[in-house]
Amino acid sequence: MEEVEERDPVSGHLTTGHEWNGIKELDTPVPRGVLMFLIVTHVFALLWWFLMPTWPLGTTYTRGLLGTDQWQTVERNLVEAAAERSAWVKAIETGSFDEIRANEPLMRVVQGTGRQLFGDNCAACHGTDGKGGSNYPDLTDDDWLWAGGPEGIAETMRIGINSPHPESRVAQMPAFGRDDMLDRAQVSSVASYVFSLSNPDYSTARNVEAIAAGREVFMTTCAACHKEDARGDPEVGAPNLTDPYWVYGGDLQTIVSTVHGGRSGHMPTWDERLTAAEIKILALYVDSMSAGNP
Amino acid sequence: MPELFHRKLERTAIGFTLAIIAAASVGGIVEIAPLFTIDETVEEAPDLRLYTPLELAGRNIYVREGCYACHSQMIRTLRDEVERYGPYSLAVESKYDHPMLWGSKRTGPDLARVGGKYSDFWHVAHLTNPRDVVPESNMPAYRFLARATLDTSDLGVHLEAQRAVGVPYTDEMVENASRDAFGQATPDTEPASGVVERYGEATQVSAFDGVTTRVTEMDALVAYLQVLGRLTGAAFENTAASEETPDPQQ
Ligand code: HEC
Ligand code: HEC
Ligand code: HEC
Repeated sequence: MEEVEERDPVSGHLTTGHEWNGIKELDTPVPRGVLMFLIVTHVFALLWWFLMPTWPLGTTYTRGLLGTDQWQTVERNLVEAAAERSAWVKAIETGSFDEIRANEPLMRVVQGTGRQLFGDNCAACHGTDGKGGSNYPDLTDDDWLWAGGPEGIAETMRIGINSPHPESRVAQMPAFGRDDMLDRAQVSSVASYVFSLSNPDYSTARNVEAIAAGREVFMTTCAACHKEDARGDPEVGAPNLTDPYWVYGGDLQTIVSTVHGGRSGHMPTWDERLTAAEIKILALYVDSMSAGNP
Repeated sequence: MPELFHRKLERTAIGFTLAIIAAASVGGIVEIAPLFTIDETVEEAPDLRLYTPLELAGRNIYVREGCYACHSQMIRTLRDEVERYGPYSLAVESKYDHPMLWGSKRTGPDLARVGGKYSDFWHVAHLTNPRDVVPESNMPAYRFLARATLDTSDLGVHLEAQRAVGVPYTDEMVENASRDAFGQATPDTEPASGVVERYGEATQVSAFDGVTTRVTEMDALVAYLQVLGRLTGAAFENTAASEETPDPQQ
């Protein structure tokens, strides 16, 4: 190889000796800052090999001097978080609903945490404000399909309604029309009767006959579940049909389709997904949403 | 000497290309290859179930519609994720996921444990128009799924393809794939008991979209969503999820 020792007169750098059409290539050295950076990162990498899990060794690997393990880290964080919360979580786990309600600071925690839990787990069906919507009951009224109060709500959450939980509550409104238990005229008249219960104006001379016939059907067919006064039965989850709160809708058309096709709402079980304390918090939170409402 | 080496290397195009490939693959070889031999990579889960043909069809629809572009299926080892979604995901939970759908983008929530969180009815309403149940949602509507009849004729081939990459489907499962897909969406029929027999008691048989007369893509997708996170209980064992509340006095 021919030795070149030629300096570029402008930059003062050595040239590589290559030349294209009179243009010479400079042999500019790596800038000092970049060189230092490379050296430092290499040293860092060497240290890292010893501190962190790095090298594969067949079926295992070097664990590193620091013993870092993401699984253990998250486990530790969770345990720490649980310890931080333990004072009030224990109080909620062990206290009765009345005791918790009497404890004002604890109820503030219930409100804050309850809101969060409700948003993550319940809002998709019952709405962010708990007011429900078509097919999902309003939780802010004090009219319960099933047992109300924090105990009843907690139990509904634990076992669910028509859920796969072995103890699940079972809500079955039979499909009277589709399964030929009632004929068309009967379905229509019983719907008129049910509609008239919450709409007294509907009982005009024109409808009075249908309503009377519907009442007849109701007493023989529906009263077993909805009771003779149509105020419902929380034992079987049959709703009160005399008030303005409806799960599926209280207009005549919707009542007809309810009676024709039946209904069976599914509320998931929260037994596995939420802890006992979380269920209690939500029960109190939901209960407080309906406080003061009729 | 180094100059000589460099000069030579630069002038052998193929040799130089191979050298570049070798240098560029060091990262991959160091980070990925050892995972195939290290014991800890995939945990044990003797109770791990297989996707039924209907669930597998739903999974294919999930891939086809690009749900993974907005939803991850990977709960990371971070406290806030575990507290919101449940136990962090284990590798074994995606053992039969070919390809895996861990995802990295979350416009919507993680779906790794969404199975059982909502009712079939809710999923159908939500997929038909998310705004009907979650007014502020920006998820697209997938109304057409309820109208599209599921093509079950080629499910046996899909099962065979999965088997080729290591999912232990039996010949009987492959043979009955179309029948099992139909059975899972039509409760109280003979095909329905067949699918439970082959895939286990925990298999969810349901009229997912509420219509039992035909099997739609909606049935398949909802069946898949309802099984997410429920093929094995492995993640629920020995994790902080089952932690007792510590005593505050200590
Ligand atoms: C998949 C949708 C869905 C989700 C999610 C859901 N629910 Fe429900 N919930 C329902 C349905 C449907 C009903 C009515 C069932 C029936 O028809 O009897 C119901 C009923 C209830 C009831 C009984 C109402 C009454 O009048 O007795 C309570 C209490 C309740 N839900 C609380 C909750 C809480 C708390 C959560 C969150 C942890 C939640 N729900 C999440 C669908 C849901
Ligand atoms: C076997 C018990 C049973 C019988 C008999 C029964 N119901 Fe029901 N009904 C229910 C249950 C349970 C529900 C709640 C279903 C749900 O929410 O999932 C319900 C719901 C309803 C609703 C919907 C209420 C709402 O809030 O939207 C109407 C309307 C109704 N029933 C009317 C009738 C009429 C009319 C008859 C008689 C023809 C009748 N039911 C007979 C159990 C019964
Ligand atoms: C443009 C982004 C986007 C796409 C694509 C998308 N989603 Fe979503 N998804 C969301 C958002 C945002 C939410 C949260 C709001 C809501 O519940 O609708 C969500 C919520 C959900 C939920 C409820 C999760 C929970 O825990 O509350 C499910 C289930 C779901 N999506 C399934 C799907 C499926 C299946 C597909 C494909 C067919 C899909 N998504 C495609 C954005 C998307």
